[in-house]
Amino acid sequence: MKKKMLSLVLAGAMTAALLTGCGSTGADSTSTADGTTNEAAAEDAGADNADAATDNADASDAATDAAEDTGAAAGANGTFKIGGIGPLTGGAAVYGIAAMNGSQIAVDEINAAGGINGMTVELNFQDDELDSEKSVNAYNTLKDWGVQVIDGCVTSACSIAVAAKTAEDNIFQLTPSGSAVECVTNPNSFRVCFSDPNQGAASAQYIGEHNLATKIAVIYDSSDVYSSGIYEKFVSEAANQSFEIVTAGAFTADNKTDFSVQLQQAKDAGADLVFLPIYYNEAALILKQASDMGFDVQFFGCDGLDGILGVDNFDASLAEGVMLLTPFAADATDDLTVKFVTTYNEKFGETPNQFAADGYDAIYTIKAAAEKAGITADMSNEEICTALSAAMTEIQVDGLTGLGITWDASGEPTKEPKAVVIKDGVYTAM
Amino acid sequence: MKKLRINKTTKNDMITYAMVILAYIVVQVLVSTGHVSSLIQGLLVPFCTYVIVAIALNLTVGILGELSLGHAGFMCVGAFSSAVFSLACKDAMPGGLRFFLAILIGAAAAALVGFLVGIPVLRLRGDYLAIVTLAFGEIIKNIINALYLGVDSNGVHFSMKDALSLNMEEDGLMLIKGAQGVTGTPNDSNFTIGVVLILITLIIVLNFIHSRTGRAVMSIRDNRIAAESIGINVTKYKLIAFTLSASLAGVAGVLYAHNLSTLNALPKNFGYNMSILILVFVVLGGIGNMRGSIIAAVLLTLLPEVLRGLSDYRMLIYAIVLIAMMIFNWSPNAIFFRKRLKQRITAGKQPKKEEA
Repeated sequence: MKKKMLSLVLAGAMTAALLTGCGSTGADSTSTADGTTNEAAAEDAGADNADAATDNADASDAATDAAEDTGAAAGANGTFKIGGIGPLTGGAAVYGIAAMNGSQIAVDEINAAGGINGMTVELNFQDDELDSEKSVNAYNTLKDWGVQVIDGCVTSACSIAVAAKTAEDNIFQLTPSGSAVECVTNPNSFRVCFSDPNQGAASAQYIGEHNLATKIAVIYDSSDVYSSGIYEKFVSEAANQSFEIVTAGAFTADNKTDFSVQLQQAKDAGADLVFLPIYYNEAALILKQASDMGFDVQFFGCDGLDGILGVDNFDASLAEGVMLLTPFAADATDDLTVKFVTTYNEKFGETPNQFAADGYDAIYTIKAAAEKAGITADMSNEEICTALSAAMTEIQVDGLTGLGITWDASGEPTKEPKAVVIKDGVYTAM
Repeated sequence: MKKLRINKTTKNDMITYAMVILAYIVVQVLVSTGHVSSLIQGLLVPFCTYVIVAIALNLTVGILGELSLGHAGFMCVGAFSSAVFSLACKDAMPGGLRFFLAILIGAAAAALVGFLVGIPVLRLRGDYLAIVTLAFGEIIKNIINALYLGVDSNGVHFSMKDALSLNMEEDGLMLIKGAQGVTGTPNDSNFTIGVVLILITLIIVLNFIHSRTGRAVMSIRDNRIAAESIGINVTKYKLIAFTLSASLAGVAGVLYAHNLSTLNALPKNFGYNMSILILVFVVLGGIGNMRGSIIAAVLLTLLPEVLRGLSDYRMLIYAIVLIAMMIFNWSPNAIFFRKRLKQRITAGKQPKKEEA
């Protein structure tokens, strides 16, 4: 009897706990909704208050936990809420944190300069742990916060999962670095980076046009979407070019420390160029192992190789002569890049990679589109989404990852890939 | 004490069913009155997924008494088999029928794999099941990451190398694209279907436990030699319970796959970390206690999302909460404290009853 009663009480308590859990979040969501209407009202009153805008810029430093104090931040001025999603913890955290930091710099700059159409920009960046399910949770959290535009996700699979939801809810989505084809199939989603096939084709064309090689070996990561996407397109484009692919060695995330087999294959096949559509950590190992076995060959990579000079304990002289196609090189000398790299170094104490640059460009792209479309804070998400999607095809953005970037309705950017060669330990434009 | 005499176990089961139904009604009312945030609404289907897989694992761990570290692998099998089916038949049949068949296919595929894994392993004594299922989960994940499957006018194409070697026609449809997994699965899962599946799972598992077969399985758990001595076919009963458990995990996988438009086999969602997480649901909720598994699965899925406000600290807090819950549930001192608390409460009530 006692046991029964106890179990009843416990079951009751648990149900009650469930109820209060739901109840309290429910209350949160209503208060956020109130917050949004307040802002909308306040927007007309204080849109030109530039001082308040700079004050708010400080507040947005604490962007990730801004969810609680939305009401306070939105008190005096209209705000434009951008929600970012990316991996901030776990193995891919490097990419997510870089994109977040890059976006944050852009947001701070925009707010210091008076915001978008007089609105203060607020960035709330949520962690998705590189898991598409968590990514959707992060997106829903942002929705509760009252997000108006999604800047994400940083990775492809998460981007695809969230894109299905943003299409349903009519929220504009711009992914800084989700490069798989499927990321931008919906009319409301666009991207800043090149798509994977795009990079593969561009690499093949570049090698062919410049007659860099006649026999090419490819080493790629078959368990990685980015790497296998580039590889597939590279192979199909190679058919139209003057070179032939002699070997293709694959590795997976579980065995990416020893590449002697793939290198030996390439050497035996007489390859005079090795194409590496992979990330820089593995590429650093490949360069080391190739040099150990006396395999002196030209290496060619994509934007994933950007950052190879920063790998710990890597002898930079090994990377001498490596060529890569990348939209961003931290050592470029144009004003925009220099300014960005300096700010990034000051704030976060490291040299930005291309994800940071993509994040930075994403925010400025949203700004350009929002200004073109004349977005105001009192517009509904659907209106913003329609207006921005239309405006995206009309704007031209000069960003870190390319000059004069334009978009078509398919969501793909058009920009020139930059080829970079590593000379005397620095990235030099070719 | 004149009361309607209901069997104690029946009553206990009824409480479990009632709890699920009550929670469903309450959530539906809150959703329709607009009191539930989008975060919680988005979490409703994952709740159902993890509740089902927790119940499934509890059948293996609590009733069969074997340790399985590969339930995420069975989820993975169910998820991918059903997602491929749904994608291939996306336009061929109406949503309801398609999802119903997808559930059956996911359950059948996971059951088959569970059966095959079980045949050699369940003949052994000791912790071999844990070792083999752990390896199985990792193998499944890696196979799917290297699997390319497509269908076009010439039929089905299959490769373990890359997408190009499929030689597909232009009109071909990629079903599984290696590491990119399955993209474009229809979103058929919803909360109502999830709750119905939880109830079906509960009915199957609870009735299985109280059945003749269930009692045989529990007798093996409690004393293998005694069970054998009275003529129970140990391997057969172990296989029955384990296959059932695997197929229910497959159902959870179906629910998971049809909730997101993209499905990849990552260490995060189908790796052994997930298997351990499912085991944590079971251990925290109480081994052999289905109701506890349900509550633990919901709370532990909710917790990291509710703690989002703490940004990076949430992982730390999550771990601390986990340890605190473990101590509260299982530490002898905590159990003693809870007993005393319970005694005091009942002691307070007892005199009142006598007065009345």
